[in-house]
Amino acid sequence: MRFESLIDSVGRTPLVGLPRLSPSADVRVWAKLEDRNPTGSIKDRPALWMIQEAEKDGLLRPGCTILEPTSGNTGISLAMSAKLKGYRLICVMPENTSEERRQLLRMWGAEIISSPAAGGSNEAVRVAKGLAAEHPDWVMLYQYGNPANWRSHYETTGPEILADLPTITHFVAGLGTTGTLMGVGRFLREQVPGVRIVAAEPRYGELVYGLRNVDEGFIPELYDESVLTTRFSVGSADALRRTRELLAAEGIFAGVSTGAALHAALGVAAKAVKAGERADIVFVVADGGWKYLSTGAYEGTLEEAEERLEGQLWA
Amino acid sequence: MAIEVRIPTILRNYTDGAKAVSAEGATLEELISNLEAAHPGIKERLVDDGSLRRFVNVYLNDEDVRFLGGLGTPVADGDTVTVLPAVAGG
Repeated sequence: MRFESLIDSVGRTPLVGLPRLSPSADVRVWAKLEDRNPTGSIKDRPALWMIQEAEKDGLLRPGCTILEPTSGNTGISLAMSAKLKGYRLICVMPENTSEERRQLLRMWGAEIISSPAAGGSNEAVRVAKGLAAEHPDWVMLYQYGNPANWRSHYETTGPEILADLPTITHFVAGLGTTGTLMGVGRFLREQVPGVRIVAAEPRYGELVYGLRNVDEGFIPELYDESVLTTRFSVGSADALRRTRELLAAEGIFAGVSTGAALHAALGVAAKAVKAGERADIVFVVADGGWKYLSTGAYEGTLEEAEERLEGQLWA
Repeated sequence: MAIEVRIPTILRNYTDGAKAVSAEGATLEELISNLEAAHPGIKERLVDDGSLRRFVNVYLNDEDVRFLGGLGTPVADGDTVTVLPAVAGG
């Protein structure tokens, strides 16, 4: 495959079967390898679309400053595009995200503003909104509410999956900004009658939920419950266990949020077997494991790894 | 056996600091009413005008009850109900 530039090579990622983790010949699980994007995560798709839309709308011109609340991958994707296109990038990031993400952001030239660990990305969003109000000349792309986020998946990720696996019955992905699930989900619902769209939501350690009261929660503006069939909460123990299983059984080295998506996918697969139904279940490998090595997710016992992950944002 | 209800940090002032409490009921709604009897004030933090509060997520055995039947979702002995505030990802 040949491309004019790195940016042009976003997407068209492989879909690979999991012959060892799939429960039977009739119930198969497939991994969409989004770590095979230029900066190593699925976020290259929405980052590029958000920038291109903002350019089309005349919001972004060379020399502009982009501001974005991000726990890492979106920031890294934006940093690469911003570097190549000549924009300055400021990321607001919770302080409890891995060191690798910070190094990668700095490497591509982004500036980082830390937000408090308690409250997780909620706090990053709050801080970024405040900064945007103080600096009206900065452009906040705002992945949680920017329709270009879900459009990127509606226009690219969804069609790629359907072309590779027309017999798809279930799509499973991690729930963060909700962009992947909203975009792929809407596309598949239009194309595949009866398709089921399943969200795997990371359940973090308690620190992350340390809000002052329940009225300070956050739901991304992009979220539309009606696109989903159901939604599972996956704790760090299950996510870690599945991340390691994926590596041991199928050789796929993925980040911890992928383990959460796989956990939900295998749960769905077990239900299909029990019901005697045929199923082709696609789940998203959102990124590779490289950025999480320092969290100790892959070393020692599961209990030790879970303890080390406590209080960290692993998705 | 009863139903285990996991309480988030921000609501533990209603449960004397307990991370999990047990309660009974045939539906989530009944369960929450029984919780209220033992831990007065907690219901209002979870339910508003007959449905779950916008920023409160409740999971029955890890599945979001909004996709199961909301407050009318049947619950049974041995189930685990987890309450969490909605937070951002990404």
